[in-house]
Amino acid sequence: MANPLPQPVERENYLNKEYGVWSWLLTTDHKRIALLYLLSITFFFFIGGFFALLIRLELLTPAGDLVQADTYNKLFTMHGMVMVFFFLIPSIPAVLGNFLVPLMVGAKDLAFPRINLLSWYLYIIGGVMMLHCMLTGGVDTGWTFYAPFSTAFTNTKIVEAGLAIFVAGFSSILTGLNFVVTIHRMRAPGMTWSRLPLFIWAHYATSIIQLLGTPVIAITIVLVAAERTLHLGIFDPKLGGDPLLFQHLFWFYSHPAVYIMILPAMGVVTEIIACFSRKRIFGYHFVALSSIAIAVFGFLVWAHHMFVAGISIYAALVFSFLSYAVAVPSAIKVFNWTATLYKGSIHYDAPMLYAFGFLGLFTIGGLTGLFLAALGIDVHVTDTYFVVAHFHYIMVGGAVMGYLGGMHFWWPKISGRLYPEGWARLAALIVFIGFNLTFFPQFILGYMGMPRRYYDYSHMPEFQVLNVLSTAGATVLGVGYLLPMIYFLWSMRYGKPAPDNPWNAAGLEWKTTSPPPTFNFEEEPVVTWEAYNYDELDAPHPQEVPVAR
Amino acid sequence: MPDSFAAGFSQDAHTEAHNPALLHHFAQPQQQRDAASLGMWVFLATEVMFFGGMFCAYLIYRLWYFGDFAAASKTLNAGLGATNTAVLICSSLTVVLAVWAAQTARRTLLIASLILTMILGLAFLGIKSIEYKDKFEEHHVPGASFSFDREPIPGHPGQYANPRHAQIFFSLYFIMTGLHALHMIIGLGIFLWLLIMAWQGRFTPEYHTPVEIGGLYWHFVDIIWIYLFPLLYLIDRHP
Amino acid sequence: MSAPSKSSPLKMYFSIWVALLVGTYVTYRVASIDLQPFNAAIALTIATIKATLVALFFMHVKGASEKLTKLVVIAALFFLALLLGLTMSDYATRLWS
Repeated sequence: MANPLPQPVERENYLNKEYGVWSWLLTTDHKRIALLYLLSITFFFFIGGFFALLIRLELLTPAGDLVQADTYNKLFTMHGMVMVFFFLIPSIPAVLGNFLVPLMVGAKDLAFPRINLLSWYLYIIGGVMMLHCMLTGGVDTGWTFYAPFSTAFTNTKIVEAGLAIFVAGFSSILTGLNFVVTIHRMRAPGMTWSRLPLFIWAHYATSIIQLLGTPVIAITIVLVAAERTLHLGIFDPKLGGDPLLFQHLFWFYSHPAVYIMILPAMGVVTEIIACFSRKRIFGYHFVALSSIAIAVFGFLVWAHHMFVAGISIYAALVFSFLSYAVAVPSAIKVFNWTATLYKGSIHYDAPMLYAFGFLGLFTIGGLTGLFLAALGIDVHVTDTYFVVAHFHYIMVGGAVMGYLGGMHFWWPKISGRLYPEGWARLAALIVFIGFNLTFFPQFILGYMGMPRRYYDYSHMPEFQVLNVLSTAGATVLGVGYLLPMIYFLWSMRYGKPAPDNPWNAAGLEWKTTSPPPTFNFEEEPVVTWEAYNYDELDAPHPQEVPVAR
Repeated sequence: MPDSFAAGFSQDAHTEAHNPALLHHFAQPQQQRDAASLGMWVFLATEVMFFGGMFCAYLIYRLWYFGDFAAASKTLNAGLGATNTAVLICSSLTVVLAVWAAQTARRTLLIASLILTMILGLAFLGIKSIEYKDKFEEHHVPGASFSFDREPIPGHPGQYANPRHAQIFFSLYFIMTGLHALHMIIGLGIFLWLLIMAWQGRFTPEYHTPVEIGGLYWHFVDIIWIYLFPLLYLIDRHP
Repeated sequence: MSAPSKSSPLKMYFSIWVALLVGTYVTYRVASIDLQPFNAAIALTIATIKATLVALFFMHVKGASEKLTKLVVIAALFFLALLLGLTMSDYATRLWS
C-alpha cells in the first residue's frame, strides 16, 4: 500500500483537468472553490487553536504567570473572533456545502459560480485584514466587542477587526445566496423537495440565517466604527445612547449564527447515520422541517444573552420561554436520529464514530442550554465557565464533530482516495476523549463560580485541579485534530484509489465518479427514487457496486 | 415579469444552442433568467435587514427623544427632500420604461431611458450634496465641531433641544442617507454598465435579464428613500 | 400586468407614476398641519402605499409567475418585523416595574 503503484490511467476529473496556480485561483468550479476554502479555514483553525493553547497554558496555574492581563484579553478575543467568523461559520457550508450542494441536487455547478469565487476572495480579504489586525496589536474586547467599551474606551484595533468581520460577512451572505438559488432553481429532473437529502434541507435553513442575519451584524459594525471614529453617542450612555441597543443588534445576528454552525453539522450527521444504519431516516419530513423551524425560531431568542444586562424583565420572560421553544425542533432531530439507529444494521466506521460523538455532545450542549435559558439559573452562571463549556459542547462537540465526520465520509469523493480507516477510528476516539476532558471540567468550574475571561485565579486555588484536567484534555484534543490532517494529506498520495461509492451510500453525489468530473455528471441525472433508499440499495441486485470494505 | 416572455419561450427552445448568453451550467435560458431574478430578490431581502438595523436604532431614539428629534428634523430642508423624492420616483418610471423597451426591442427608447435614469440619479446626488453642504456649514455634522444650541422644540415654547440627543438624530441622518447615497452610486455604476451593453445591442427580447434585475435594485433603493423622507424630514413640521 | 405580454403596460406605468408623485405631495403638505400623533401615522401609511405600488407594479411582484417572489418579500418583511418587534418588546416594557 505504501508503494506508489504505477497509476492506472486516471479518468479526467476536476482535480486533474487543469494544473497550475491560476487554474485554481481563477476557477469557478464549486469543487475547487470548496478546496480553496478547506485550505483557508484549516489555516485559521490552527491560528485559533494556537490562541486556545496559550489560554489553556495560562490557566494551568492559578497565578497569572505566563502572560499579562492585557495579553490574555487579546488571546481570548482573537481566539473567539477567528474561530467564530473565520472557521466555524464558513466551515461546513463553504467546504462540504460548496462541494456537495450541486452534486446532491444534480446540478453542474452552483447557480452563480463567479459569485462563489468572489465569496472566497472576500473571505480571504477579510482574513488578511484579521491577520494584519492580530499582528499589529489585536483586539481585547472579547469577540462580542460590546459597546461602549469597544467604542469609547479600548485603544485596540476595533475598527479594523470590525471591517474584517464585515467583509467576511459578505462572503457568508453570498454563499447563502448561491445555495438558496441553486436549491430552488438547479435541481435535476425528478429531484422533488421531498427527495432532497436532509443535508440540503439543513443548508437551505442555514442559508436563510446567513441571508437575513448577517446584514444586521454588518450594519452594527458600521455603527460601531462610526461611533468610535466620531463619538456619535448611538451606543454611549454618556451621550444619550443605549448600550443595550448594541447588544440587541449584535445578538440578533450572533445568536442565529450559532445555528449557522450547528445546522449544517446536523445535515452531515443525518447523512452519516442513515448510511451506517442502512436505513431510511426516521421521520424524513420532521427532520427536514425542523431545520427550517430552527432557522426561524433561532431569530426569536437572542435576548437570552442579555438577561443580566438590564433588559425588561417582561421581555426576558418572553425570551426565556422562546428559548425553550427552540429546543423542540432540536429534540425532534435527536429523537429521529435515535429512532433511525433503532434496529438498524450499524457499522462503526470512522464517520459514524464522529456522528455518535456529535449525538452525545450535542445533546449535552443542548440540555445545558436549557439551564441557561432558565432565568434563575442563568443569573447564577452568567459569565462563568458553565457558559464557556455549554457553547463549546455545541460549537466544538457539535459543529466540529459534524465537520470532521463529514470530511471522513466524503473524503473518498473529494480526493478520490481512501483514508486509513484504523487511524481514523483512533483519531475519532482521541477527539472524543480529549474534548470531554477539556470541557466537562469547565461545567463544574462554572457551577462552582469560576468566571470566564479571568487570567488569574490565585484567590481560588481550589479551581486548579479541574483547570489542569482541562488543559491536559486540550492537549489530547490537539493531537486528535492534527491526526486527520496528517493522514488526509498522506492519503492524497498513498491512499488506495476510492471506488465511486465506497460506502454504498444513497445520494446523487455517489452516482458520479470519485473524484467527480468538472461538470459533476457525465449525463444529466434523472431522479426516480426516494431519498435514503437503503432498503433498495441493500437488496441483492447485481449491478450495484459491492461495499468496498 | 417572467410570464411576459414565457409565451415566447417555446419558440426559442431550438435556438438555445446558439444563445451566447446562456451559461454552461444552465439547461435552458428560462432557468438562467429565473435564477438571476431570484438571486436579486434574495439579495434585496438581505438589504431590507441591512437597513432594518438602522431603522431599529432610529425607532428607539425617536421614541425616547421625540422633542429633540423633532427640533433636529425641522432644520432639514424638507423642500429639497420632497424634490429628491420626486426625482427618484421619476427615475423609477424611466427604469420601468427601460425594462419595457428591452422587452419590446426598442433600442432607442432603452438607451434614452437608461441615460435619463442616470441623469435623475445624478440629480438626486447633487441635491443631496447641497443638503450635506448646508448641514456642514450649520455645524450639524456630528463630531468635534457639532453644535446645536438653543434650538426650540416644536410645540413646546421656551424648551430647547438637548444637543446630545440632536446629535444622535444627525448621526442616524448621515448614516442612513449616506448608505442610501452609496447604494445610489452603486446603482449608477450598474446602469452605466447596462448602458454600455445596450449601446452594443446586447439586449434582445429573449435576453435582457440584466436590465430587469438592475431595475429591481434601483426600485428597491427608491423604496428605501420613500421611507427615509417622512421619517427624517417630516417628524414634526407644523408651525 | 394582467395581460401577460402584448398589450402595452405604459398607461399603467404612467398612472402609477402620477399616483406616487401625488402621494409625495400629499405627504409634504399634510406634514404642516398639526394632527398630533396622526402626522406620523399618515406619513407612514402613505409611504407604505407608495412602496407597495412600486413593489407590485414597477417591480412586477403582482405579475410574478410564481409565488416564490412573494414569499421572499414576505419573509424579508417578517424578519424585519421580528427585529423591530422583539427589540421594542424590551424597550416598551423596561420601565413597567
